[in-house]
Amino acid sequence: MTERQQPPPSGPASSLAVLALADARLPGGGHAHSGGLEEAVHRGTVTGPHELREFLRGRLHGAGRQAAVFAAAAAHAAARGAPRSHWSELDTEYDARVPSPAQRAASRSQGRGTARAGRTAWPSPALRELLSVTDSPHHPLVVGVLVGASSLAGPKDAAAVVAYLALSGPASAAVRLLGLDPFAANAAVAAFETDTERLARAAARTAALPAAELPSTGAPALDLLAQAHRKHHEEEVRLFAS
Amino acid sequence: MPAEHAHEHAGATHRHPVDFDPTAAGPDPFSAERRADRPLRIGIGGPVGSGKTALTAALCRTLGAETELAVVTNDIYTTEDADFLRRAAVLDTSRIEAVQTGACPHTAIRDDITANLDAVERLQRVHPGLELVLVESGGDNLTAVFSRGLADAQIFVVDVAGGDKVPRKGGPGVTTADLLVINKVDLAERVGADMSVMCADAHRMRGDLPVITQSLTDDPSAGDTANWVRQRLAEWSRSTEPVV
Repeated sequence: MTERQQPPPSGPASSLAVLALADARLPGGGHAHSGGLEEAVHRGTVTGPHELREFLRGRLHGAGRQAAVFAAAAAHAAARGAPRSHWSELDTEYDARVPSPAQRAASRSQGRGTARAGRTAWPSPALRELLSVTDSPHHPLVVGVLVGASSLAGPKDAAAVVAYLALSGPASAAVRLLGLDPFAANAAVAAFETDTERLARAAARTAALPAAELPSTGAPALDLLAQAHRKHHEEEVRLFAS
Repeated sequence: MPAEHAHEHAGATHRHPVDFDPTAAGPDPFSAERRADRPLRIGIGGPVGSGKTALTAALCRTLGAETELAVVTNDIYTTEDADFLRRAAVLDTSRIEAVQTGACPHTAIRDDITANLDAVERLQRVHPGLELVLVESGGDNLTAVFSRGLADAQIFVVDVAGGDKVPRKGGPGVTTADLLVINKVDLAERVGADMSVMCADAHRMRGDLPVITQSLTDDPSAGDTANWVRQRLAEWSRSTEPVV
């Protein structure tokens, strides 16, 4: 039986919360992050649409996949009303899968911002539980909680949102930093539709696993870029926070 | 009709009387934060080079001794303004936060104020007694204004060297800011700016909203603007209107 014949109980990914969380206009602080792209531009690694697409491929299958796994797990946990201890475990396990302190800080900063927007727009007991663990949770966990608390969406939707954001953030930063043709940048994102769908489905399949058993995706190149970016911050100026 | 309802607080079930009178107004169990519970946040915006940082530094020098204050800066590319304030030693380094704006200074003060709110919260954690936070925007254009979610009041700074037509051009900064400061009036003669035209245009565009003309060369304390800030602080500490 194919997945198409068996729609998820949550229905298609079209709930307003899902769309709003993936919208660059969400006031969650995402606009100040380039996801490592500024450092790649600074090094001359990305100079045009072709390199941007290759950068996005690496970002989606590295950091994007890792975020998707945890967003799906958080959506599952929110829907079943997981206890505080579970949120604490997810927080720790995500830390363990992101070796770069700069990337962890960027994730928590965006999580804190998204939680601030979420407290006002989509308050829920699950969000309160997560924020009782830390006031700066990781971004995928916050997205997962906000999606999971909605009756219209589920783990796959949460995974798709963070996977998409892993692409759209660097793509829009590329437009600002390189003056890239915005249509080319948008097309570079759109090229990953199938990849994003597969990745989100895979993340949904592992959403119910115990936190410690969730898949881990290393992305050492991004980690190194993020660390170098922070180092440059201390020596000279940078436009983006990561 | 008198009635009771039962519920649990922290595991202990107990009962409250319930009043079905629709006009009865008891204490609000969800009372919002009172204004005086957090520092007043004043935004300082305006075009590039109009003197926002110089004004911020002057306000820090003049008000720093009488008010618990801190500054958030939003430069486009750099930490130039924060560095200037640190070098000028107008404030302790721990009272200055610089925000990275992702190449979009107006987004950071208007559409997505997250980074600025985070900076304000960091300052409040380090200095719990803060009364005033000045949020200085990156130099931008005449359409850039602060979100009311970030700034409780805002000052828009233009200067005579930018041309005496700036107030006439309008834009939300000039027309709606709580205070318009026309800066560098000592240069008016040299750049051929007609102050009477500038002031008349400013008042015409702004109706009853105040306009201050100043020269930090002649008055390094920014006395008039500092007095305006003092009045806002006094109103803030008296007000009990709820805020977010």
